[in-house]
Amino acid sequence: MALAERPGPSALSIGALGRSGPGWLERIPTSYWVVGVVLLCMPVVANDFILYQILGWTFILGMIALSLMFLGGYGGMVSLAQMSIAALAGYMVAILGSSGVQTISLNWPWWLYIPVAIFIAAVFATMIGALAVRTTGIYTIMITLAIAAAFFYFTRQNYTIFNGYSGFANVVPPELLGVNWRTPIPFYYLALFWAVVSYLAVVYVARSPFGLALQGIRDNPRRMSALGFNVFLHRVAAYTFASVIAAIAGILLVWQNAQISPGTAGLPAVIDILVIAIVGGIKRPIGPFIGALIYVLLRTFSPDVLQVFGLPDDRFKLLIGVGFLAIVYWSPDGVLGLWDRWRARRSRTRDPMASTGGPS
Amino acid sequence: MIPAQRSIGELLTAAGTSNALELRGVTRTFGALAALSDVTLTVKPGERRGVLGSNGAGKTTLFNCVTGDVMPTSGTIRLFGEDVTYFPPHERIRRGLRRTYQISLLFNGLSVLDNVYLACRGVSRGRFSLIRPRRSDALMQSAFELIEAVHLGAQAGTMVAELSYGQQRQLEIALALAGAPRFVLFDEPAAGLSPTERSELVEILTNLPRHIGFIIIEHDMDVALRVAESVSMMHNGRIFKEGLPSEIESDPEVQELYLGGGHG
Repeated sequence: MALAERPGPSALSIGALGRSGPGWLERIPTSYWVVGVVLLCMPVVANDFILYQILGWTFILGMIALSLMFLGGYGGMVSLAQMSIAALAGYMVAILGSSGVQTISLNWPWWLYIPVAIFIAAVFATMIGALAVRTTGIYTIMITLAIAAAFFYFTRQNYTIFNGYSGFANVVPPELLGVNWRTPIPFYYLALFWAVVSYLAVVYVARSPFGLALQGIRDNPRRMSALGFNVFLHRVAAYTFASVIAAIAGILLVWQNAQISPGTAGLPAVIDILVIAIVGGIKRPIGPFIGALIYVLLRTFSPDVLQVFGLPDDRFKLLIGVGFLAIVYWSPDGVLGLWDRWRARRSRTRDPMASTGGPS
Repeated sequence: MIPAQRSIGELLTAAGTSNALELRGVTRTFGALAALSDVTLTVKPGERRGVLGSNGAGKTTLFNCVTGDVMPTSGTIRLFGEDVTYFPPHERIRRGLRRTYQISLLFNGLSVLDNVYLACRGVSRGRFSLIRPRRSDALMQSAFELIEAVHLGAQAGTMVAELSYGQQRQLEIALALAGAPRFVLFDEPAAGLSPTERSELVEILTNLPRHIGFIIIEHDMDVALRVAESVSMMHNGRIFKEGLPSEIESDPEVQELYLGGGHG
């Protein structure tokens, strides 16, 4: 099986350097093809529940956690406000578009409310970034947690715009191309499409000047400043970039549930995003999606598992917590870290001369 | 308020007839400690200056003030005639200033090429570009040239964390020479290098284009006196003597304070 990423001794790390080598199609590792074909053919084998509730939700949570991974993994900034940014985009879709709350919703057309919702979320995220990047480490976590908490209480108490405690119901996607996008198969492909686009965008941007500089700032902000980079602006721009991914996910989330309320971005949901990103691993963009799948599976099936053991099924959070503890205990860098170590051990035992490199 | 009109003289100095670096009465205190007190220093464009002094003499604080890593408590700093005293570091770098660090400050999670490419990108446009660079890009080409110039050509794809200490010091210099440097601050570039690596370093420094001036802090007198045309001696945050390398070497006060102190 091919490796997703293996920086060999002779492999230059800036992406497009292989132009003179094989075409880009041949350079895609086999594992990508396998995963791609499996995901595309999933509706043939999986039932509606798996497609809509399990995988659809996985893609959405994965995207929100991906926006956190971009900030945390490449920028060294752990933001707990990503769920709030996603929820704001979702709220904007309900407020600017149509919903069950006729007194508030403005009934704009979809081609207007979608870009405006993403734009408003991006502006919100930029403001959060401008505040948060003045701090580092645990203080960034604290300040973004405070913003997330403020957002939750604000949406719960504000009735003129956010309709307070009850939020908005009946928020459905537009019937584009004559398709009802809330039916399982179309929604599966819609969520899959945006998850893949977000994933590829992050992979690509990580090797662009913007992404490279962000990783440089993570490693050594003082030196980046001594190379001519405006560290403050660069960090804020990272929040803006990540927010676009979170905002798209937020819109998908409100369509999937057909409703949005303060609980969507309540503190448990905010922390779940961090758990997903950590469990999956924040070193590479695939980590958040792995974490999201584990989370969704645990969340969906743990009541059944608990019942088997004769425990009350409302204790599913216990199972999630134990799973989280187990992964973080044995692998602080998440499932990705486990995977990397397993690969390293396997290649060592199979071929002691593997360090000289060879066809993967 | 109407901004004050600049006189012809000021315009001329801004146009390049001025000093590369001009410090006037620069003082920096950390609490009760005066790391720099009333330092006045003038370096002409293209001039190569050595700064010598024992540990704690304020040499690195001097560099930190010039690059903006710390702000001076009082005094002014002019770079090519422009008052940059309150400029953030990146604005000074974009005006042609560069520096290396005593302890290598590199990006360990990135390759050698990425490190140098970032340095080239930092002083040009498109810092926020989302488009990946190609091998044929001008900036990528100059990154490759720089890597060759510091003898790291074979390590272009290597992660910085895997480089030897000497190679990291060479990379440190490559980062400082990216773009079009006009004035470079070298903070103990020879520290910890082997004799061979030292002579390579001297070769790199002496072969720099003539228009690039620099200040070098160096404990190794062999290196310092071979690359510097003039020397400033620092002690307790003050510059107490300036002169040619030969004068400094034979100065009795200097010998007692510095050369006799076990460094020679």
